[in-house]
Amino acid sequence: MRAPVLALTLFAGAACAADVVVIQNGTVHTVTKGTFRGSIVIRDGKIADVGEKVLTPPGARVVDATGKHIIPGIIDAHTHIALDSINESSVSVSSMVNVAEMLNPESVSIYRAMAGGVTVCNSMHGSANSIGGQNVVFKLRWGADARGLIFDRAKPSLKMALGENPKRQGSPQGLQIPGLQSPQNLRYPGTRMGVEDVIRDAFTRARAYQREWKDYEARRARGEKALPPRRDLELEPLVEVLEGKRLVHAHCYRADEILMLLRVFDDFNIRGVTLQHALEAYKVAREIAERGHAVSTFSDWWSYKVEAYDAIPYNAAILHRKGVLVSLNSDDAGGAELMRRLNAEAAKVMKYGGLSEDEALAMITINPAKQLQIDPWVGSIEPGKDADLVIYDRHPLSVYAKVEKVFIDGRQYFDRDEDMSRRPKIEAEKEGLRRKLQEQQKQAMPQNRRPS
Amino acid sequence: MRKNFLAAITAALAAVLLAWLPAPAETVSWTAIRGARIVPVNGPVIEKGTVLIRNGVIAAVGSQVDVPASAWIVDGNGLTVYPGLIDALSTWGLPQAAQAPAQTAGRGAQQLPQLPQQQQPQQPQAQQPQARSRGPQDRPGTFTWVKAADQVQSSDSRLASARNAGFTTAVTFPRQGIVAGHGAIINLGGKTAGEMVVLPEAGLYLALRPSGYTGFPSTPMGIMAYFRQLWLDADHYRQALALYAADPVNIPRPAYDRALEGLMGVKRVLLPAPDPIQMERMVKLAADLKTPAVLYGVVRGYEMAERLKATGTPVILNVRWPAREPGADPEQEESYRELRIRDLAPTSPAALSAAGVKWAVSSDGLETPRAVLRALKQSIDRGLRREDALRALTLSAAEIYGVADRLGSIEPGKAANLVVATGDLFDDSTRVRMVFIDGVRYLPEPELPQPPAGAPGRGPSSEKGEEQ
Repeated sequence: MRAPVLALTLFAGAACAADVVVIQNGTVHTVTKGTFRGSIVIRDGKIADVGEKVLTPPGARVVDATGKHIIPGIIDAHTHIALDSINESSVSVSSMVNVAEMLNPESVSIYRAMAGGVTVCNSMHGSANSIGGQNVVFKLRWGADARGLIFDRAKPSLKMALGENPKRQGSPQGLQIPGLQSPQNLRYPGTRMGVEDVIRDAFTRARAYQREWKDYEARRARGEKALPPRRDLELEPLVEVLEGKRLVHAHCYRADEILMLLRVFDDFNIRGVTLQHALEAYKVAREIAERGHAVSTFSDWWSYKVEAYDAIPYNAAILHRKGVLVSLNSDDAGGAELMRRLNAEAAKVMKYGGLSEDEALAMITINPAKQLQIDPWVGSIEPGKDADLVIYDRHPLSVYAKVEKVFIDGRQYFDRDEDMSRRPKIEAEKEGLRRKLQEQQKQAMPQNRRPS
Repeated sequence: MRKNFLAAITAALAAVLLAWLPAPAETVSWTAIRGARIVPVNGPVIEKGTVLIRNGVIAAVGSQVDVPASAWIVDGNGLTVYPGLIDALSTWGLPQAAQAPAQTAGRGAQQLPQLPQQQQPQQPQAQQPQARSRGPQDRPGTFTWVKAADQVQSSDSRLASARNAGFTTAVTFPRQGIVAGHGAIINLGGKTAGEMVVLPEAGLYLALRPSGYTGFPSTPMGIMAYFRQLWLDADHYRQALALYAADPVNIPRPAYDRALEGLMGVKRVLLPAPDPIQMERMVKLAADLKTPAVLYGVVRGYEMAERLKATGTPVILNVRWPAREPGADPEQEESYRELRIRDLAPTSPAALSAAGVKWAVSSDGLETPRAVLRALKQSIDRGLRREDALRALTLSAAEIYGVADRLGSIEPGKAANLVVATGDLFDDSTRVRMVFIDGVRYLPEPELPQPPAGAPGRGPSSEKGEEQ
């Protein structure tokens, strides 16, 4: 079992990682195997057993969940939390950068999101560039260092973006920052057609680069002496995309652009892409479904930019009914605001589109897990999967539901009561520290004011 | 036969004469500091002893030392002799950047994100605004061909105030751009700039904050990706040159690249790491670059000791302890985390010493050289042993840069870089009576007022006359 390194933990969850935990007598929403009153046995960080009747091993820590609801940890397929930098917006193709390097384990957004039931998230490079950077999937193990957060079994992925954001940097009307937007500072592309060109050009270059290496390997195999090609950190991730070793998350809004992108992916034989936002995807649901691409969208966020005028809250339900794998995301960066109530976002697809409870919950659990290709380990309550579990005080699809406890890998990272009871103590410690430092500064003052 | 015999005799005679005669034009100069308390750093304190200097090099040290009659005697009674202090990360001796505002401002420099809590020394702006960098191939902010050793100025007014505080040596680095150039170990005194240079290759200074240019890279992650690409390019260049050298007839000549030339044989890189988060990033980056790292700008050393020990990474502490900015909004409440950092930062030295991490100290961000000693006094009050503080300022710094055979302690064979003070260096009442640099004595000098270029965020009027 992974032992997360405890750094400065101001709100660290109860550290007791008893080997066996039984969550007893609650309403279990497995998402994939139905909902029932029952119990969950956690052993070595994994779900060992789940059912209406389970054997409670002797010595197990028992968590009474009578009257409570348990769901698999929420998975947010599109966030930007806990990153010290998000957009390398200076170039149109920034695939050489990796936001995993910028993961900040001390970002309080991790704790806040986790306290809202999120246990895994995909923190991504921003959408400033046609081809952005490499993303990071991590578990919200508050207190661990950056290496301890990263979900290393997740497949690597790359961000791409269409439309207003990537073309803004190339348009004289785009960024209205005085002094910044001089002609030298404009960069290609400045139009939507330019975005397509940048993407096609990048993957064409990646193909040539791939060929260059294959030729070199062949020459070397024949025993010829040759200079290896120059390694190119910009093109290497793109080659991985071409070879199916790296997933793509593409930021997009308009239906015409989505179709453009689908054609680009067809031409380069790129499969299993997740279209992010995709607020007009309902217009081209069939085309997306046919190709097996997925969509991660908002429930009812609308009209915040020109591209989002045609959004409808039925987007997710329509896509789902057309056979597209759909997830709901927060796109949160600093505040982790929407991220803390993704359960309520899921509930909206019941109101708009009439989906079932399980279908709604799937959009924030197993569906994003499939999009990130981590569904063998997380996303539902099934024996053998990671014990990432959230206990709510009432039905999780109610807007009144509160998260009471959060388990990640079987370890409890959040307890609402403990959090509340710890607050006065922290406040007192802080006040004491503030006084002490003030006193020190006062004492230091006269020295600095010696007459010269 | 007879001729040969004569020739042999002549040769033998000449050899005898040469060996017998003293080497022409070589005069031995002896200096002895007698009757002083000696703190050699590498060994126990000598309560009353002599340091004997021969031609700028320490010849002997101990309580019983035979002093040649010709020696110039310095009376050390009531004084304490230390090895000369070393500023492990400095700009002393280098031309100070004229603060040139406006010229490049408004072209993106101010929009670039900064690392949290990273305390930056003054950053000389690149001379002219450059064209927008469109990728690694434009070698943005890269000055691998710049060597501090080539820029040393013996006229730098800061040298005198550094000597007055007991510093005899500095590891001084260029600071422009993100690959700033090669540092040099310099003595803070000498007739010529060339004489001051002890070692021209101390390491390559890397920064994560872009300055003086626009375009790529605009973020720390972009900079880290750029460093990796640059090192890969250097590898490729090396391979290409080797192939060409082996077969110049069939292999095309690789184009000369001054940015990559400057990366050949880099002994170490200096990387910024104020906190544990950045430390992890930099340790990994250095491993990827296959180059040993020294971490600088360390603030939260108290949390980093264990991991630094495990990775064997030496650090240079920023001893400008974090404090509430003088002009800060009194209504602005500080977070618990900030308060803790402010409280605990001065305990970093003790924590690092306890864990056995090699650490030294930088004058970066401090108004005066003496402030370095005062800052360490704060750490001594929080549990740092005086000998550990002294070691950081002397032998540890020399070890980090691989010059412990020449600098850092009072031992025979090392350069006679010494401080002679009225008492314990970390006591406020102690005054430096003189320093020796390569055996040459420097007496305290009146100091010129410091140019206000010192710390970021400080007004020009702050703390005049602090140095007395």
